[in-house]
Amino acid sequence: MLKIHQLHKSYPIGDSSLHVLKGIDLNVEEGEMVAIMGSSGSGKSTLLNIIGMLDEADSGEYILDGLPIKNLTEKKAAVYRNKFLGFIFQSFNLINYKNAVENVALPLYYQGVKRKERQEQAMFHLGKVGLADWAKHLPKELSGGQKQRVAIARALAANPKLLLADEPTGALDTKTSHDIMAFIQQLNDEGKTILMVTHEEDIANMCKRIVRLKDGVIMEDVKVTQDRAENYV
Amino acid sequence: MFDLDLWREIFQSINMNRTRSLLSGFTVAFAILLFTILFGIANGLENTFKEAFGTDANNSIVIYPGKTTKGYKGLQAGRQIQFKNEDHEYVLDKFGDKVQYITSKVNRNVIASFKNEKNSYQLRAVHPEYMFIENNKISEGRYINQNDLKNKTKVAVIGRIVNDQLFTKESAIGKYVNLSGIPYKVVGVFTDDEGDNEERVIYIPITTAQLVYGNNDFIDFMHLTYNPEMNSDQALSFGTLITKSLKERFSVARSDQRAIRVRNMAQSTKQVDMLTSGLTVIILVIGFGTLIAGIVGISNIMIFIVKERTKEIGIRKALGASPKSIIAIILIESIIITTIAGYVGLLIGVGVLEWIGPSLEKYFITSPGVSNSLVIGATITLILAGAIAGYLPAKKASEIKPIVALRND
Repeated sequence: MLKIHQLHKSYPIGDSSLHVLKGIDLNVEEGEMVAIMGSSGSGKSTLLNIIGMLDEADSGEYILDGLPIKNLTEKKAAVYRNKFLGFIFQSFNLINYKNAVENVALPLYYQGVKRKERQEQAMFHLGKVGLADWAKHLPKELSGGQKQRVAIARALAANPKLLLADEPTGALDTKTSHDIMAFIQQLNDEGKTILMVTHEEDIANMCKRIVRLKDGVIMEDVKVTQDRAENYV
Repeated sequence: MFDLDLWREIFQSINMNRTRSLLSGFTVAFAILLFTILFGIANGLENTFKEAFGTDANNSIVIYPGKTTKGYKGLQAGRQIQFKNEDHEYVLDKFGDKVQYITSKVNRNVIASFKNEKNSYQLRAVHPEYMFIENNKISEGRYINQNDLKNKTKVAVIGRIVNDQLFTKESAIGKYVNLSGIPYKVVGVFTDDEGDNEERVIYIPITTAQLVYGNNDFIDFMHLTYNPEMNSDQALSFGTLITKSLKERFSVARSDQRAIRVRNMAQSTKQVDMLTSGLTVIILVIGFGTLIAGIVGISNIMIFIVKERTKEIGIRKALGASPKSIIAIILIESIIITTIAGYVGLLIGVGVLEWIGPSLEKYFITSPGVSNSLVIGATITLILAGAIAGYLPAKKASEIKPIVALRND
């Protein structure tokens, strides 16, 4: 599903540069649920952004579903993002002047899906996250957990191969976090491949595999027994 | 090409971000409003100016004879120059191609009476062409014609005031007015926009006057208009040319300034032209100034809007928006707002001009207004400027890496 080989990335800071990723090797198979962990500055978010084609690596190989991701034009990157990837962000990143169903329908709009069909699919996904009754509400009228569920519905709408989550529970309280995690686990049960950045051990333990980063290199890569979130709900 | 969904996206964005839309619209509307009002007032000034200049043909030349002040070719100084009919013919023959209308004139003051009414007026004995030179309008009857001239008929065309004062109870046409003892049949009444003095005048055929006042063919002076296609410089040299040939004809020294005098309106026309073009320059400066202010305003707002929407752009790109669609959404939104706001500004501006226009007359501003094409041109300029001003930041925004845009809070 995903193959990364000797990935390097540095950021310029004034005259010098900060070497963030120092040769990452990572393989993720279909249906996996991987937590990327590490303290802040370990490079975990950078890695996720590169995987999400939101950022570009300086060198190294990145193959997604058999497609080499290298020197993409913005246009091409947009198409790939739309086709392969669903994003879940810590700060939800909903468009504040669009209501829930319109936010969910946005990736479909960029896929060129017809308005009516878009609406139906968006409502279906919104129903899946349990927010069908909130379809016409603006993000500011929703709670944090609801917003994240709208964001998940949006990430699912385009039916991506890979779901990328950047601290999906970072802005939520424990109970809501477990709610969201239970939902993400359910998605994984249904076969979605999920990659998640987190710094919380309990959240990481709810995944099936933990990759620990430190100072830009992988320190540890272990499979774990999944801790089911519904036990906490 | 027409993409209903794109328009939906844009109208939603305009509608849901009302403050932003109103603010940017306000800038454009205000610029167009100012442009309309300032331009309208400047046009009003120009109108006043043109009106003050009068309705007489402004391409006229008047030639007066006088007394010589210098001896020449054996003739003594102090000789009185007298124009005759043949001099009229001479000017017409020699300069016919440059002359639009020409009339000779004999001026007298007369006591005119009808029944019990009696008053003193200026009598002008003229050729029929005089009507066009003075820009008289016939309100009743007719003007002097070639038959009158040929038959030396005793007919008179009277001014509106003469008509009002002498013919208090009845129509003047067909009645006989007594001019210093001789009855003339009134054939017409005229008006003149230039004012009352020009309407206290009685016209009779010049041939009749020559018969009545001395049985000769004398002319007091000649009045002509030059071909209106001539510019003021050509007209000025035409005036000089007439003077020169008439001086030769009457054996007058070239340096003699009194014997034959020419008053050429081209002189003042030239000054008026210069003033008018000065005014035009001021109008242009005002117009461009307002437009530039508007362009700067809309540019600032576009930069601000793109900045404000950076995060949204990041989200859209993460969800698969192409750079082109990002540019389109920002640009079209700005064009729509600019167009609507420009139109609103135009409507308000024209409304204000209509409303305050009449009360401005005492400040030398007559019927201020702007041509639609001008204001539409200005609005299109603003729209283009807004589009260009919006394009650069929109292009830049479309090139931002989504990760940078998303980090922007």
